[in-house]
Amino acid sequence: MKFKIYRYNPETDEQPRMQDYDLDIVAGEKMLLDALLLIKEQDDSLSLRKSCREGVCGSDAMNINGRNGLACVTQLSSLKEPITLRPLPGLPVIRDLVVDMTQFFKQYNSVKPYLVNNDPPPETERLQSPAQRAELDGLYECILCGCCTTACPSFWWNPDKFVGPAGLLQAYRFIADSRDQVTSERLDNLEDPYRLFRCHTIMNCVDVCPKELNPTEAIGKIKYMMMKRTV
Amino acid sequence: MVDRRESVDRVVTGAHYGLRDWIVQRVTAVIMTIYIVLLTGYVLLHPNMGYADWDALFSHSIVRAFTLVFLLAMYYHAWIGVREIVMDYVKSAPLRLSIYVLVIVSLVLYVIWAVQILWGV
Repeated sequence: MKFKIYRYNPETDEQPRMQDYDLDIVAGEKMLLDALLLIKEQDDSLSLRKSCREGVCGSDAMNINGRNGLACVTQLSSLKEPITLRPLPGLPVIRDLVVDMTQFFKQYNSVKPYLVNNDPPPETERLQSPAQRAELDGLYECILCGCCTTACPSFWWNPDKFVGPAGLLQAYRFIADSRDQVTSERLDNLEDPYRLFRCHTIMNCVDVCPKELNPTEAIGKIKYMMMKRTV
Repeated sequence: MVDRRESVDRVVTGAHYGLRDWIVQRVTAVIMTIYIVLLTGYVLLHPNMGYADWDALFSHSIVRAFTLVFLLAMYYHAWIGVREIVMDYVKSAPLRLSIYVLVIVSLVLYVIWAVQILWGV
């Protein structure tokens, strides 16, 4: 199988380049990450991140044939050759397929992604009704791999100001949580032409999410809640 | 010594607006759709319309008023849309503000022109 992989070491290379690799394997049931690890056996200078190998940790997010996804849950047989691999777009490259996620996590942190509840902690746990718990479905599953945010043109243009789909999905995850007490502050924090309203419902985020989540819907719900408290 | 030649660009957000524009963008879109559907329907139901027919149609105050509402909706819609594009692509704040002023002035002129046309015939 033929591969074209983005190679770049900002410390020594002037320009990034695409390197060809040829692997003598049958796709079968193999995932893309398996092939990448075989390539790394041939050429250990190739850098990539990986950890859990099963779509839970979100480390091996990359641009696969022009589309962001996780190498560990992408079937080799589903890909057209030559399989072109690039780092996630819109973030600085550290080495080859490894990008600097600082900006991504800065935006994530800016939405205070944790429960704020000023009541004294109860003896057991803060109870939720099944309906209240169901509100969090489709939100808590996010693994912060960065596929959605780095596929978003609004994030490409304003990575320092636009929270991005992953951050906004997490923002709504805590807005939707019945145990959280600072909904209004959370909405205040997002009511901004850049932080929230850069989203123009392009929906690349929904298209690429490897966990099949819907950030656009979550963003729509944030806007709806803002409208509800205004009118 | 701090090298002051290196510019320090502090990122600021938190202007606390955007919701109203987001709502207005949708409301004006609905107004424009209604007007376009009605006018297109009227034209389709009255084939071979000449100048006299147009003149008669626009002599009704209600047609003039609704047309003006449509145009105002379009200008407001255009203002929000153009500003969004400028926000995305023009990084220099003074240049961005200058473009805003230019767009607003032209749209105000368009409003005056539209009134002149609608009540001039």
